[in-house]
Amino acid sequence: MLRFILRRSGSALILMVVVSFVAFMLIFAAGDPAVKLAGEAGSSADAARIRALYGFDKPIPVQFFHWIAAAVRGNFGHSLYFDQPVASILFDRLGVTLLLGLTSFIFALVLAFPLGIAAARWQNTWIDRTALVIAVVGQAMPTFWFALLLVILFSVTFPILPTSGSETWQHFVMPSIVLGYFAAPAIMRLTRSGMITALETDYIRTARAMGIAPRNVLLKYALRNALIPVVSVSAAQLGYMLAGSVVVESVFAINGAGRLAWESILRSDLPTVQALVLCFSLVYVILTFLADILNAWLDPRMRLADARTD
Amino acid sequence: MRKSTTQAPALLAAILLGASAASGPAFAGKADDTLNAAFSAEVTTLDPYKESGREGLVMARLIYDALLYKDMKTGEFRPELAESYKVVDDKTIDFKLRQNVKFHNGQPMTADDVVYTLNLVSSKEYNARYQIAVEWIDRAEKLGEFDVRLHMKKPNPLALEMLAGNLPIYPKAYYESVGSQGMSVKPVGAGPYKLVELTPGTRYVLERFEDYYAGSPKGAAKIKRMVTRVLPEANTQYAELVNGQLDWIWRVPPDDARNLARQAKVAVSNAQIMRFAYISINPNYQDGKSPLADVRVRQAINMAVDKPGIVKALIGGASQAIASACNPIQFGCETDVKAYPFDTAKAKALLAEAGHPDGIKLDLVFTSLPRIQAEAIANNLGKAGIQVTLNEQQYAPGISAWREGRAPLLLTNWGSYGVGDVGLSVGQFFSGTGDDLAKDKDVIPLLQSANASMDRAKRKDDYSKALKLIADKAYWVPLWTYNVITAHSKDLDVTQNADEFVEFYRANWK
Repeated sequence: MLRFILRRSGSALILMVVVSFVAFMLIFAAGDPAVKLAGEAGSSADAARIRALYGFDKPIPVQFFHWIAAAVRGNFGHSLYFDQPVASILFDRLGVTLLLGLTSFIFALVLAFPLGIAAARWQNTWIDRTALVIAVVGQAMPTFWFALLLVILFSVTFPILPTSGSETWQHFVMPSIVLGYFAAPAIMRLTRSGMITALETDYIRTARAMGIAPRNVLLKYALRNALIPVVSVSAAQLGYMLAGSVVVESVFAINGAGRLAWESILRSDLPTVQALVLCFSLVYVILTFLADILNAWLDPRMRLADARTD
Repeated sequence: MRKSTTQAPALLAAILLGASAASGPAFAGKADDTLNAAFSAEVTTLDPYKESGREGLVMARLIYDALLYKDMKTGEFRPELAESYKVVDDKTIDFKLRQNVKFHNGQPMTADDVVYTLNLVSSKEYNARYQIAVEWIDRAEKLGEFDVRLHMKKPNPLALEMLAGNLPIYPKAYYESVGSQGMSVKPVGAGPYKLVELTPGTRYVLERFEDYYAGSPKGAAKIKRMVTRVLPEANTQYAELVNGQLDWIWRVPPDDARNLARQAKVAVSNAQIMRFAYISINPNYQDGKSPLADVRVRQAINMAVDKPGIVKALIGGASQAIASACNPIQFGCETDVKAYPFDTAKAKALLAEAGHPDGIKLDLVFTSLPRIQAEAIANNLGKAGIQVTLNEQQYAPGISAWREGRAPLLLTNWGSYGVGDVGLSVGQFFSGTGDDLAKDKDVIPLLQSANASMDRAKRKDDYSKALKLIADKAYWVPLWTYNVITAHSKDLDVTQNADEFVEFYRANWK
């Protein structure tokens, strides 16, 4: 298990460096950062001053090296836009986004699991079809559209929920529903197909023949096997949710990391973008890592397969 | 036409507004004397010399006062923190300060604060965002407890414009102890509102400063509290305005404004601003070997665009078509220049005369302008035989392509820092700097002289000559002025100034 963890960490580290270098390059590809920082009223002289001040005139690999050398020592630098340490800006924003990610994820699971299981149990009935419709709508509807529909319903027509901000738990209701609903379909459909496959296996037939209560067969024996692919997909969905949070945070005016990332890209705030890319890729890496461990626990064959290759 | 972050279809706004028939609770600010406003863009810092966004600068004018104040109705400069001022010579201004001014932390303002602020923000180390506001200052000198002398590096005709509002005064002791970072979140100024609560990037709560000095041209704030929130999505703003959680929003696109105007509690108003749109033509494109080097081709481009038609169909409001490379409300904007009325046939004839009877093909880079306006222009040009390929760019790559000479035509807009003086419009673009691609030998000396002279009559004369030359040679297609649409509660009385500032301290309930 230790080897498994070490190998995973090594490749994760390389992945993160590559991702952050690509992000660094893309910022420059999206336009001269000095011109962006000078703002729409900045003259060519303002841009030239900023270019020299922040060393944007140096070759990109050199700049990247400077950045990563400092980052390794835990110094993420100053935001070029806010003129504050990046770490302190990030600290506030990441918390909100992670909280939103968590509440949305819970909503996604609460929606997806029962519907997926029910759709498998009552395959090809109206229950299955209803679940399908819910999934298709969730996948097809743009998040900002759904978000605005909720705003119309719950803030304008029946004003019971706040539209903007992140001060109380009520503020998280609509954003979590929007973001969670976006992530639910993949989990739901995979739960359903996993369950259908599991329910057709020999050991389930045996379990039924032994007279085990149908509820136990379903939730105890079939579900555990059906869950394995779902765990990996859920981890990926949680990652998608962080990406989706850009739009949701804009609509509901939540001052989180998603919005910060989007705005920092527009502003060419390199240190902030780089730190965010690092944080997001770290979250991804941790999630897939946790998913692997969870799967190993759910399915002993994975642990054994890994041990054999050692 | 929309500026909504998610580009939601206009239909959505219509549905949203239709759904509002069942109205919300009485959140309205009038009852508790609180003005609830929203901006789309984030306020970066309340250390305003470091701010590049308009929203932050609007907030800063509520919190800070400056030495002078510009009356936008009359265009005259009035003393604000100064009691009086005197232009001693081309490079020196003396200020006598008011003796009854207190900062929000209770400390009285003296010459030390003024001297400290002006020397600080003009220093290289401080790194002010817009150098144009401070780079002309040589140093400030204390002459007495309430007397300050300002020395300029060179004569600057825009000195009074900069001193009016654009150079807020900081309390020396406080700034020294908290620095720029402290100031950015816990600002202390001498303005009509003080900041009492702040969630960075999200929410700002201001309260009327009860110890505000008598005699200020701004006057004490009328509304007790003001809560400003950052709501990036336009549709969220509309929802809150309609259900009464917001009292004021701005920069509403015209089509959404029409829908909002139908709401029972919402009033929509429209004001002309300093910003204008233009097409810049690079006569030296491809080392002067492109058709654009020929003045007749540039004139043909000018004649091919139906400005009044586009203004009427797509912009509306207080906007108007312009013929000169400046905003007519700016000082020095000569409007009696060679005009190129819309005439497709004549444009074609000019092209043929220049040796292009079959027309020409060009790229048109545009940025910070609604696509529909660019398409209308491209369509006009096409009819005259000028086939343009539209190339929409983000601001930075667009402006870089232009400055580096890679774009033959640039369509964009310019706000002149909200300053009513052509020194910051035509003076910025044709004076031989990196923003000037025409590099016209006759125009440059005229502008350089006007940009450095304190003699208003001479400046006006120089700018007039320069603007006439620019029009004759058709380096630009000046297009139209902009307007800002504000939507607010019908209970609220508030005006929008042409400099894109909003004087919320004058706002009141009806």
